[in-house]
Amino acid sequence: MIVAEQKPIEEIIQEIQDDHSVLILGCNECVTVCEAGGKKEVAVLASALRMHFMQQGDQKQIEEKTLERQCDSEYLEELRAQVDRYDSVLSLACGAGVQFTAEKYPSTAIYPGVNTKFIGVTEEQGYWTERCQACGQCILAKTGGICPVSRCAKRLLNGPCGGSTQGKCEINPELDCAWQLIIDRLSSLDKLDDYEELVPIKDWSPDRAGGPRKVVREDVTS
Amino acid sequence: MSANTPSRLEKVLANGHFAVTTECGPPRGSDLGVITQKAEYVKNHVDAINVTDNQTSVTRLCSLSCCIHLKQLGLEPILQMVTRDRNRIALQSDILGAAAFDIHNILCLSGDHQSFGDHAQGQNVHDLDSMQLIQTARHMRDEGAFLGGDAIQRPPQMFVGAAANPFADPFEIRVPRLAKKVKAGAEFIQTQCIYNLDKFEEWMKGIRDRGLHEEVAILAGLTPFKSAGMARFMKNKVPGMDVPDHVVKRMADQPKEKQPEEGLKICTESMQRLKEIEGVSGFHIMAIEWEQKVPELVEGAGLHPRPEI
Repeated sequence: MIVAEQKPIEEIIQEIQDDHSVLILGCNECVTVCEAGGKKEVAVLASALRMHFMQQGDQKQIEEKTLERQCDSEYLEELRAQVDRYDSVLSLACGAGVQFTAEKYPSTAIYPGVNTKFIGVTEEQGYWTERCQACGQCILAKTGGICPVSRCAKRLLNGPCGGSTQGKCEINPELDCAWQLIIDRLSSLDKLDDYEELVPIKDWSPDRAGGPRKVVREDVTS
Repeated sequence: MSANTPSRLEKVLANGHFAVTTECGPPRGSDLGVITQKAEYVKNHVDAINVTDNQTSVTRLCSLSCCIHLKQLGLEPILQMVTRDRNRIALQSDILGAAAFDIHNILCLSGDHQSFGDHAQGQNVHDLDSMQLIQTARHMRDEGAFLGGDAIQRPPQMFVGAAANPFADPFEIRVPRLAKKVKAGAEFIQTQCIYNLDKFEEWMKGIRDRGLHEEVAILAGLTPFKSAGMARFMKNKVPGMDVPDHVVKRMADQPKEKQPEEGLKICTESMQRLKEIEGVSGFHIMAIEWEQKVPELVEGAGLHPRPEI
């Protein structure tokens, strides 16, 4: 999923301070799972903002809504009837949701309420870690199912570097060395010989280097 | 081993001599006088001089301009290049820049992470990794072509090197990793500083068992300690460094004023022992901001005078 983290409240206050009516818009997908922008977080943030502005003597109108998804036109349409009532929408969706909401409603200001962090997993409650950078050309088959692009601080395709110490990365002793994990995994699969195959120079054009990307599937287009 | 390039370092090795290289770090400014001074200290005692490329991610005068300067002083530079700061276009362009001045040695590295340096908020590139930079330099030389396939007018003629850290983890991968660098095209290796000689010998045995020492020249890396504090720092703070307790103790047992002398003595003794290891082809002395001591170390190890080529 896409993992996000709520922005500091001071930054959110600054974004919306000049507006009289604001809709806080949650998303029921990834940001709900990572507890950054679902219905619950919308309610908590709305209360905190109401309290803050009330203390300032600001009678700001703050309303709440959570859509099934903000990355889908169908669900974003649910806003159409009410969006004109607000000066701005504070979206707690990922960067894709914020932008898609803005695209659908050109005359309403849309602000981000979260920082979109990465594509990752819930290792345990309240603990999310990165697994993928959407490089566009998956090499996991060659690296024991562990991604050096997202998990090595130097994204070395032929690691580990000389800074790997007791299984940890040189930049942070709490961070696993991705290449140690790859080697351990290749060993347990009895495929350590694969390590000696040079991973060729990568074509980064399917990555962000190639510009904004798209996927078109004619077989499913309507 | 026969020489493929005009590199003096390659010829020294091809003629069966122990090679001696050293390195100098560029200044944090544009005064080439610093390089001239460091070169002056070492010029009669080494075969070639590495110039580091923004080491520890601290921004400095570029390696290439210092290498050109050394070349113009009549010395033999080794261009260090890291993949952290440049993509494949810039790397190939800088290799040509070096080739234009007949710089005949390159050391291919990935580079320290930028979080250690003075611009921790910067982006890192790593379009290629160090193995792929080795392949790139060899491709440009041997095929006379860019990675993209187009021909190069007057291709680089570089002796291509890489680094190896026998002490980083996981240890069992350290010999296969060197094999991989050799497969990528590395012709010489400069190792991480060696303080744990037993472990280095174990690594070298693994290298010999696979015959890798016949395919690549291994230059053993050394850095003399200036003080017990430096020994402790290297042991505890530098990632991938292996300094045994007895070495730290040996430094610490000396009064402060005698510690530099002890550091040089440890280094000389190490070189004498390393010379006896089959497969060690030379030494890479990294006397950090202590370049004036390089001659003493080279002489102490019986490696002076350097061969005429």
